[in-house]
Amino acid sequence: MNYEAVIGLEVHVQIRTNSKVFSRVGAGYGHPENTLTDPVVLALPGALPVMNKAALDAIIKAGLLLGCEIAPVCKWDRKNYFYPDSPKNYQISQYDQPMCLGGAVEIELPGAARNVMGEHKKIPLMRIHLEEDVGKLNHFAADSLVDYNRAGTPLMEIVSEPAMHSAEEAFAYLTSLRATMIFGGISDCDMEKGQLRCDANISIRPVGQTTLGTKVELKNLNSISFVRDGIAHEIKRQIAVLSAGGTLVQETRDYDGQTGISQSLRSKEMAHDYRYFPDPDLMPVKVDEAWKANLRAECPELPFDKQRRFLDKYAVPYTITSVLVWDRALADFFEEAVRLGGKPQAVGNWIANDLLRELGAAKLPLAKSKVMPAHVAGLVTLIEAGTLLPNAAKEVFAEMFATGDQPAAVVERKGLRAAPVDVGELEQWCRDAIAANAKSLADFKAGKDSAINGFKGSVMKAAKGKADPKRVDETLRKLLAGM
Amino acid sequence: MAAELFFKSIEELGALLEAKQLSATELMRTVIARRQAVDGRVKAFNSSDDADALAQAAASDARRAAGQARGPLEGIPVGLKDVIAVAGQPLTASSKMLANFVSPYDATVTVNLKKAGAIVWGRLNCDEFAMGSSTENSAFGPTANPWDLARVPGGSSGGSAAALAAGEVCATLGSDTGGSIRQPAALCGVVGLKPTYGLVSRYGLAAFASSLDQIGPLTRTVADAALMLGAIAGHDPHDSTSFKAEIPDYRAELKKRQGPWRLGIPKEYFGAGLDPAVGAAVEQAIAFYRAQGCTIKEVSLPHTQFCLDTYYIIATAEASSNLARYDGIRYGHRAKGAKDGVDLYAQSRAEGFGPEVKRRIILGTYVLSSGYYDAYYLRAQKVRTLIRQDFLKAYHEVDALLTPTSPMPAFRLGEKSDPLALYLCDIYTIGVNLAGLPALSLPCGFTPAGLPIGLQLIGQPFREADLLAMAHTYEQAHDWHTKHPSL
Repeated sequence: MNYEAVIGLEVHVQIRTNSKVFSRVGAGYGHPENTLTDPVVLALPGALPVMNKAALDAIIKAGLLLGCEIAPVCKWDRKNYFYPDSPKNYQISQYDQPMCLGGAVEIELPGAARNVMGEHKKIPLMRIHLEEDVGKLNHFAADSLVDYNRAGTPLMEIVSEPAMHSAEEAFAYLTSLRATMIFGGISDCDMEKGQLRCDANISIRPVGQTTLGTKVELKNLNSISFVRDGIAHEIKRQIAVLSAGGTLVQETRDYDGQTGISQSLRSKEMAHDYRYFPDPDLMPVKVDEAWKANLRAECPELPFDKQRRFLDKYAVPYTITSVLVWDRALADFFEEAVRLGGKPQAVGNWIANDLLRELGAAKLPLAKSKVMPAHVAGLVTLIEAGTLLPNAAKEVFAEMFATGDQPAAVVERKGLRAAPVDVGELEQWCRDAIAANAKSLADFKAGKDSAINGFKGSVMKAAKGKADPKRVDETLRKLLAGM
Repeated sequence: MAAELFFKSIEELGALLEAKQLSATELMRTVIARRQAVDGRVKAFNSSDDADALAQAAASDARRAAGQARGPLEGIPVGLKDVIAVAGQPLTASSKMLANFVSPYDATVTVNLKKAGAIVWGRLNCDEFAMGSSTENSAFGPTANPWDLARVPGGSSGGSAAALAAGEVCATLGSDTGGSIRQPAALCGVVGLKPTYGLVSRYGLAAFASSLDQIGPLTRTVADAALMLGAIAGHDPHDSTSFKAEIPDYRAELKKRQGPWRLGIPKEYFGAGLDPAVGAAVEQAIAFYRAQGCTIKEVSLPHTQFCLDTYYIIATAEASSNLARYDGIRYGHRAKGAKDGVDLYAQSRAEGFGPEVKRRIILGTYVLSSGYYDAYYLRAQKVRTLIRQDFLKAYHEVDALLTPTSPMPAFRLGEKSDPLALYLCDIYTIGVNLAGLPALSLPCGFTPAGLPIGLQLIGQPFREADLLAMAHTYEQAHDWHTKHPSL
C-alpha cells in the first residue's frame, strides 16, 4: 500500500526585544544565571506584568509578513500549570484570540538540479500567538537548579495547518519561515540559542484517504536538518509499523539528531487542563489600522518576492539569485552595487562567487567585509571598460578584500591596468605570432578554428599579459582572413 | 479634653509638627510606646522595625528643620497591612507560606507614602492572603477588637483597623477585595476608604483577586482619608490596570463640595439579617442627610442577591491562579523530605497554606476547570456586568448610595466557625468590588453594648472627592470619631 505523510509544525520563535515581554528587565542569551531577573520575572508577591509594546509590534509584523489576519484586540490569557521553570506557575499566553489567524509560508522545494528553480507552494498557517518563555532547568546528580534568565522572553508560537507531506517540505517551510523572521528583524532565529524551536506532528495515511492517521509528536528537534531527518525517520518508522500489520499509538517521541534514533517519551498526553482564563492583570490592547499601517510600512520584501524581482528586473540567473536573496544584507549589497553602476549579472557573480568565498575562507560576516558595494561596482566597471582584464581582476579583488582599497587604486599600485594597447602595436604582435607559427597557420587555413589559440600565447607573451583577449582574437581573425 | 497624642488625627499632628511643638521622633516614640503597652492584648502587629521607624523619623525631622518637609504626611507614622511590600521588611500575608519572606522591593503605595514624608512602620495582621472577614484566618493568631478584646476586629484588614483604633499608629493602609477595608473599619470605629478600581496602584500588593483588589486608607477622620488618598492615588506604569486619572487635592475639595446630594437607599441592603442596632443607626444617618436638604430616594439593585455567588466564583478563580506562585521553589515555605518535584509542591503548599486559603484555591480551581468554565466563571463575569449596571443605572437618579457597612457589629472570636456564615459578613460590601466603585465606611454610632457601627457611602467611579465630602459633612456634625476604646 502507498502511504502519504501529513505533517504539521509548531514553531516557537523568540522575539528579539531589549526587555522582557512583561517587565523592564533586559532579555538576552548567555548571561550569568539569574541575572536577567526582577520581581516580575521571579513572580515575587505583589509583582505585576506590564506589556512590552515592542513584542506586540513584532508579532503583528510577523503576521503582516505572512499574510495573517491581525486581531483587532490583543487579549491575554493565563495558562495554568505547575512546573519549576514557570515562576508564576501560569504562563501568560493567548488562548481563544490569537494575535494572528491564517496566513501562509511560501516554500520552494528542491529543483531538478542545483541551478533549476524548484516547485513553489504555500503552506497555510493556523495561528500565531504571543506568550512568555519559561526558565531553564539544569539537572545535576543530587538536585536541579533553575535559571530564570530566559523566563519572560517574548515568544511566538507559529502553528501550521497539517498541510506538509514530506520531510523536504518541512525543511523548506522552516528555512523560509526562519528567513522571514530574520528579514523582518523579528528574531535572530539561532536554534543553538533556542531562539527557534520546532515540534512536529506526523501521521501517515493510505493515499487517497482524507481522514488523519494516528498522530505522533516529535520533540527536541534542535536544528533544521534534524527536523528533516527526524521527520523522514518517523515517516519510515510509521510505514514500517503499519506494513508489518502493527498499529500506531498516539505518543510523543524524542529524536536524537546525532544518533538518528527516536524513542517514546510518553504515550497519549495526559489530558492537561490548563484552566485558561483572561489575565485580570493585563488590559486588552486595541490594535487600530494606523498601528498596523505603520508596521506594514516597516515590512521588508521577502526572499521569494526579491528573487522574482531580481530575475525580472536585473535578469540575474537563478543560481545567483538563490544565493543573494536569502540574506537581506547580501541582497542589499547587490542592489547597492548595481545602483552604483555595476552591471547586474557581473555584480551578482562577483558577490555570489568571489566575495562569499573570500568571506567564508576568512570566517568573516558580511558586516565585517572591507569590500563594499562601491568596490564591486568599481571592479565590474573597470572590467567592462577593458581597463582591467579578468585574470588581473581576480588579483585586484583579493587585494581589495585584504586592504579595503578601491579597485582603481589597487590596479594602479600593482600596475595591472590593461595596456592602452596601440592598434598598430597589437597588429604587429599578431603578425609576428602568425609568422612564427606556420603549422598553426596551416591548420587554421585547413579549417581547424581552434588552431587560432596557437597564436594567442605568443601575443600575450609579447603583451606581457596586458592585452585584452577579446581584442587579440578579433585582430588575429582579421589578419588571418586576409591571408 | 484634648485627646492623647496617639489618638490625634493626621491633621492635628501635622499642625503640631509644623509648629515644631512636636518632633517626628517624639511622635514615633509615643506610638512605639503605645504599641508596647497595648499590642500584647490587641495583637494587631505581625512585626515592627522600631529602629528603622526611628531612623525615618529622624530623617523627617531633619527635612523639616531644613525647610524641606514633603507634605501633610511628613513625620506621620503609617502602618501597612502585611500584604503590601516594603523593601527590606517582612511580607508574610499572615501565612506560614511567607513566614520568613522579606520583600526586596517597595510597593508603589509604599514609595508614594515615603515620597509624601510618611514614616512607613509596622506589618499589620490580617486574614491569610486577605481571605476572611475576621482576621481569625491569620497563621499568626487572631487580632482582637480594641473595643472588646473578646471580639474580632473584622477583616481581612483587621490589624490595620485595630492598630488604628487602639492608638498604635496614626493611619494605616489596608486592601479591600470584598469589603476588607470597610468592614473592619466599621467594626473598629474608624474611617475606611476603598477607592475606585484602578485609582491606586496594586503593584506590590500580594494579590488575592486581581480584578477586585484595591488598596485604601484607614484613618481616624474623613479629612485624614482625603490626605492619605491624595498621597497614594495616581497612575502607575507598573500596574496595567491603574487608571490615568487626574488626582485632585481631596482635602481642599472637602470644603468646596457642600451638597445637597441625592442619596439612594438600596432596598436590598436593608433586609433580613440586619442587626437592629445597626439598622437604627443607619436610619439616623439617613435622617441627618435629609435634614441637611439631601434628597433621599429608595433605589433597587436587583442583582444584589447574586453578589455573593458571583464574588466567590471570580475571587476564588483568580486566587487559585495568583497563589500558584507560592510553591516552595524560589522563596517561601519549602517542605522537607519531598520525594520529587511534584511532591515538593504538594507538601509545601499543604504545610504552608491555612484551611481557608486551601478552600478557596480548590473552589477556584474547580470553577476554572475544563467543562465548568462556561457554567461558572464565564457566567459569573456576565452577572458581574449586570451588577455593575445596577449601580450605574441607580446613579442616573442619585449621586451616591447609603447603606450599612456590615450587617452586624463585631462578633465574638470563634463565634462564626462556619465559613458560609462568615461570607455573609460581606453582603453589603462585595457588590462595590464587583462593580469597581469607590466606597467609604465611617462611624455612625454604637450598639447598646458599646460596639462601633459603620455607615457605608458608595460613590461613582473616580468621584472620591464627592464621596469624601459627603462623609465629611456627616462627620462634622457628629462626634463618634472622637471616641476611643479604653485599653
